[in-house]
Amino acid sequence: MESGPQGYSTKFETIGLKAGFGGHMVLDGIDLRIPQNRITAVMGPSGCGKTTFIRCLNRLHELTPGATVEGVALLDGENIYDKNADPVAIRRRIGMVFQKPNPFPTMSIYHNVVAGLSLNGVRDKKILDHAAEHSLRGAYLWDEVKDKLANSGASLSGGQQQRLCIARALAVEPEVLLMDEPCSALDPTATAKIEELVTNLKKDYTIIIVTHNMQQASRVADYTAFFYLGKLIEFDETARLFENPKEELTERYITGKFG
Amino acid sequence: MEESSGIQLTSAKGIGRRRRGGDQILKGLVASAAIAVVILLLALGAELIIHSSLSLITFGPSFLIGTTWDPVHQIFGALPFLFGTILTSILALLIGLPIGLGVAIFLAEKAKGRRMFGYTLGTLVELLAAVPSVIYGLWGLFFLSPILRTYVETPLHNYLGILPIFASAPFGLDFFTAGVILAIMIIPTVSAVSRDILNAVPNSQREAMYSLGGTHWEVIRKAVLPYARSGIFGATILGLGRAVGETMAVTMVIGNTPRITASLFSGGYTLAAVIANEFTEASYPLYTAALVEIGLILFGLALTINLLARLLIWRMTRNTRFRV
Amino acid sequence: MGTPSLAGKGFRRRNLLDKVMTGLIYLAVVLAVIPLILIVGDVVAQGGAEMSLTFLTHLPTPVGVSGGGIGNAIEGSAILVGLATLIAVPIGVGAGVYFSEWPESKLSFVSSFMNDVLAEFPSITLGIFVYIIVVLATRTFSAVSGGIALAIIMVPIVARTTEESLKIVPTSLREASLALGIPRWKTVLRIVISTGRSGLVTGILLAIARATGETAPLLLTAFGSNYYFGGNLWSPIAALPLLIYTYGISPFQDWHSAAWGAALVLVGFMLLLNLSLKLLIGRKFAGVRAEI
Repeated sequence: MESGPQGYSTKFETIGLKAGFGGHMVLDGIDLRIPQNRITAVMGPSGCGKTTFIRCLNRLHELTPGATVEGVALLDGENIYDKNADPVAIRRRIGMVFQKPNPFPTMSIYHNVVAGLSLNGVRDKKILDHAAEHSLRGAYLWDEVKDKLANSGASLSGGQQQRLCIARALAVEPEVLLMDEPCSALDPTATAKIEELVTNLKKDYTIIIVTHNMQQASRVADYTAFFYLGKLIEFDETARLFENPKEELTERYITGKFG
Repeated sequence: MEESSGIQLTSAKGIGRRRRGGDQILKGLVASAAIAVVILLLALGAELIIHSSLSLITFGPSFLIGTTWDPVHQIFGALPFLFGTILTSILALLIGLPIGLGVAIFLAEKAKGRRMFGYTLGTLVELLAAVPSVIYGLWGLFFLSPILRTYVETPLHNYLGILPIFASAPFGLDFFTAGVILAIMIIPTVSAVSRDILNAVPNSQREAMYSLGGTHWEVIRKAVLPYARSGIFGATILGLGRAVGETMAVTMVIGNTPRITASLFSGGYTLAAVIANEFTEASYPLYTAALVEIGLILFGLALTINLLARLLIWRMTRNTRFRV
Repeated sequence: MGTPSLAGKGFRRRNLLDKVMTGLIYLAVVLAVIPLILIVGDVVAQGGAEMSLTFLTHLPTPVGVSGGGIGNAIEGSAILVGLATLIAVPIGVGAGVYFSEWPESKLSFVSSFMNDVLAEFPSITLGIFVYIIVVLATRTFSAVSGGIALAIIMVPIVARTTEESLKIVPTSLREASLALGIPRWKTVLRIVISTGRSGLVTGILLAIARATGETAPLLLTAFGSNYYFGGNLWSPIAALPLLIYTYGISPFQDWHSAAWGAALVLVGFMLLLNLSLKLLIGRKFAGVRAEI
């Protein structure tokens, strides 16, 4: 399946990306161009490989024992799977937000946000303070926590914890933000807040969001990729994909004829 | 891009160059610790074999069945100690298992309604495990032994003395007292492991039996215990393993004379006790080698027992989400 | 498994059996708790009589001479356990980290198994081993050999509790750290160990408690002494459990009294430590303790 329409610059491109565990193949050759400064949704039924896909983009997938990856993934034209590439440096350019909020339990809100900086050697308090406020604002959390930055990260509600994790990811100034069903553990109000902030973030970041919620994709995403059984079935502007899908599988999924 | 905080996190905005330094150092350090454990155990085994080799060669397999332990005439045989270890351990199980199991059943089945009480009780039993062996020995020597001699052994000897097990004149420092002390010491082990096993029995088993109209005891006996059978067997053997290795408490109350006899009120000796008493006095190489061989036998016994116990417990609990 | 009958007479009998068995179970509980109460009671009664600042700080005096104490034994135990902790903690924590963070390696599997075997070693046999490799080699009983023997007892405990504490740390925390571009070694040190640190500390304290009460291996290594530590780690040294043993089996009355006093100090320490651990962490590690 080819990648979609032209007219945007490509931030991330995968060519023939295959991934699996042991003998079992999860992704079967994905060719996809992710547009820069846009929100791309990755959608599909359970087991289609969407989570594995984004975990390949920040080289997290290979850390599971037995995991295999093949193919090419170009970030700004450079292959992140080059044998000389440093996964740690690559991961600093890509942020990730997980399905269940996972703030570091032994750290305060402040230290959670700046963890990516302080644990990488940044000591200057002014820089850390600035990064903390900046990222918390970007995550729409600053006003709620600015007076209690020393409180434990775990003292926040679920939705706030997830925004904290977003702030933590933003603090290292990534170029790409990967989000793995970030709202699936949250209530509708919290979800709405996160969708709003994500929409605001795209002017500075390239965002890829895995979701099983079609309404969320249509609300938030500029482009949508539909995966099924490890293959990319269709990729298009969200509106066009939903209203006028080119592939039959896509149409069946959208109209709820399966998972 | 918004105003950057000015940090250059990557040397270039590129894919970096593979640096493994920190990861390799950490992995190397902790792996060496793991290697140290392996080396330690191998060295342990090797040294024990090397330093008992004189005895192994001199006596061969007859060491295990030799009944004479005579350092003066350089004749050594391990049977009296094997006998003592096994006898005291079995005694300990006979007494300690029912009690430990009873405590476990209480905590798992009967204390459900009164959490605080069960918790306190469980803590008290666990504290038994916190008392060091030498203090059990001290208490056994000065308190338990005289009491057992006066109130248990003497009457049993006087009235049932025709029975071989009560035939010796009761002295208080004998197999019997050692067995009782060991029993007390293994109660926490047996009860803690059994309790975990009983808690792992699914409630559906109990409910099925209750709905058939069973009394609580019937539920325990017919629905819970059979399910937990191999696990409890395993707990028993773990307790046995603990008893076999006990040194101080035993040596202070058992009399320390190598003897094989049917009488529980006779003084005796165990594998661990003879090493503790005689090792620093061993004045010539064969003597030391014989004692090291005793240590080897002791280790072999403890290892076999513990492996067996783990196997049994694993077999029972592998279908449940559970860790001992 | 026969179905219990609901017939009247049978039910009365079954009910009686239930009551009898319940009674026996309660009896078992009582029988289990009585020894603890008696032991602690006797130790407090006998040992309490000996308690005084003199007793805790003075050296032992010859038989019949009053004013003696167990000061050197308390000091000796502290030194031995301190030494053992210095040796056992790096090895035990290191091995535990390795088992937890690199579980797929063959070394992990082998070493973890051997660690379990080491835990089952009767402590007197460990004493033999250290006697052979240290005491024989240096031709002297010593604090060093005693410390090494206790360390060997502590390592499996520390390794196992470290491994368990770290395995509980959720994978997603490791992934969150790695996804931020924090290298693996920093993730392990600053995130994983930090999150699991209370379990780690608990394990170390449990090991210390165990080591403090050990006597058998010290008989063959530290050997005991009537003097304070003189600065030489290569000479014999006193220890509380050693003193309790040697004095307890001696024929002298005042040595018996001193043994009880020492027992009070030792039991007091152990119970305090175990109780505080229990209060801090609940039942989670009680199973490990009882198994050892």
